[in-house]
Amino acid sequence: MQISRITIFYTLLFLGAILAPWLGLYPIFLMTLICYALFACAFNLMLGYSGMLSFGHAAYFGSSAYITSWLITSNGWTTISALIVGMLVSTLLGLVIGLIAIRRSGIYFAMITLALAQLVYFVCLQAPFTGGENGIQGVPRGDVLGLFSLADDTVMYYFVLFIFVFVYLFIQRVVHSPFGQVLKAIRENEPRASSLGYYAEHHKLLVFVLSSTLAGLAGSLKALVLGFATLSDVLQSTSGEVILMTMLGGAGTFFGPVLGSAIVIALQNLLSDRVGSWVTVIIGAIFVICVMAFRRGIVGEWLAYQNKK
Amino acid sequence: MSDFFGIPVQVLLGQLLLGLVNGSFYAMLSLGLAVIFGLLGVVNFAHGAFYMLGAYATWIILDVFELGYWWALVLAPISVGLIGMLLERLFLQFLYKIDPLYGLLLTFGLSLIAEGVLREVFGSSGQTYPVPELLQGAMDVGFMNLPIYRVWVIVASLSICFITWYVIERTRLGSTLRAATENPKLVQAFGINVPVMVMFTYAGGVALAALAGVLSAPVIQVSPLMGSSLVIVVFAVVVIGGMGSIMGSILSGVGLGVIEGFTKVLYPEASNIVVFLIMAIVLCWRPAGLFGKE
Repeated sequence: MQISRITIFYTLLFLGAILAPWLGLYPIFLMTLICYALFACAFNLMLGYSGMLSFGHAAYFGSSAYITSWLITSNGWTTISALIVGMLVSTLLGLVIGLIAIRRSGIYFAMITLALAQLVYFVCLQAPFTGGENGIQGVPRGDVLGLFSLADDTVMYYFVLFIFVFVYLFIQRVVHSPFGQVLKAIRENEPRASSLGYYAEHHKLLVFVLSSTLAGLAGSLKALVLGFATLSDVLQSTSGEVILMTMLGGAGTFFGPVLGSAIVIALQNLLSDRVGSWVTVIIGAIFVICVMAFRRGIVGEWLAYQNKK
Repeated sequence: MSDFFGIPVQVLLGQLLLGLVNGSFYAMLSLGLAVIFGLLGVVNFAHGAFYMLGAYATWIILDVFELGYWWALVLAPISVGLIGMLLERLFLQFLYKIDPLYGLLLTFGLSLIAEGVLREVFGSSGQTYPVPELLQGAMDVGFMNLPIYRVWVIVASLSICFITWYVIERTRLGSTLRAATENPKLVQAFGINVPVMVMFTYAGGVALAALAGVLSAPVIQVSPLMGSSLVIVVFAVVVIGGMGSIMGSILSGVGLGVIEGFTKVLYPEASNIVVFLIMAIVLCWRPAGLFGKE
């Protein structure tokens, strides 16, 4: 019964996503939403399934966006190869930062990832190829392996949607794999998992790298969609936003981060023209409400309610 | 001796002084952070916001109430401390028994609210605050000109750090505080009201941050964003020093400020990131921090 309801839900959602461009929804908005949903899903892999709160995920999101944009604009690379190299750079960055950060856990882990992401921010600010305060503007979308051009918003939308669905299914696969089960065991009780013979550090590092790779993919896609990579992509506030998206929807649930990012992105779109700086205040207030009132997030609380019934 | 590796000694000493000024701010902030973490188990992300509020309080006290710097030195920390007390009662007290990550997230949200409100009310551009009359000008000490206000900042904040250290490590109040850190239930059983003590500790830590804000008001632009980047550096300082030790956070705060100052002369491009690089190296070498116990 429960499974069939989930199937119906996903089928409807998928049909909705396929039809969305014809329902009068602004494609750029939809694509931005999907990119952030991808980012939040990547982040959730760490916070939700491994219990590691990274406060610096903008570093991977932004650096990959910068690398992809730079390769396309200054070096004339094709879209797909620039996407892949952008992801590789964020993978490498995740490996280096991960190796340092997993030496501590809990609250220290959060502080270390935050500080190292700030380091990446300053490198992006000063590096010669990032365009400083202006960022890299006017990134062309190019085409996919010479088969079809991505310049049209509708084509780009389906391209982004395809990647998102693929990654979403991939994350489900990872979480349900033996590797994902060990991650959950480590989250619940690390000494116990270690005593059972699992290398906690290896598992943590691997999920860290995986999460940063996917966050990089989200960043590169966002740069292609909007045609620019700027400092705000690597900024601490972006790291904060992805935490909020995941928490609000529900960390440790598959659909939570998607719902959370949809709410946050929609709020930002609706409010930014009308209320200016109050957007920051509203985001902060949602944080406070989330922590005080529903720590499991919307989807998490709903699932808990369903289980109680 | 007017040159040191091709750099004029004057420049070097000037940066050393600036580094000491920044270092004393780091020390005051990381000290408050360490005390709060010790007793509450909360990493106070809003510490930078309270520092900013301290500086704004100073500016408002002059602009609205027309009271000068010396009044602000007393009134700003008290008013910010009261805000801290209120927030502790309203929100933080409910989070002590759950994962400390929630405390970090809550205070992050609070700092976003503070930043947004101040940006809306005062605008993003900075306000300047005059150096108080008594501390204007510079002293000629032979080999260089010492700006008096900067010397005052260093002396004042290091004395405050020392007093805090003394109170916590050497007085009866401090020993109760440390006992409550180790075992709050036992201390409560001895008839000490631990929740009230926790509230005042939070207010005290936050007031220290506000005091740093008052001291910094005449040397920097008072702006809504002044706290958010500083708090990240202070986090790095705390990770380097190890949060367990009061003296450790003072020493690493001042030391890193000085290193940052020298980097500005020797290799300016790296001055923003040197603290984070040192943090990475320290973590590889001593994961618990230089003064941490583990």
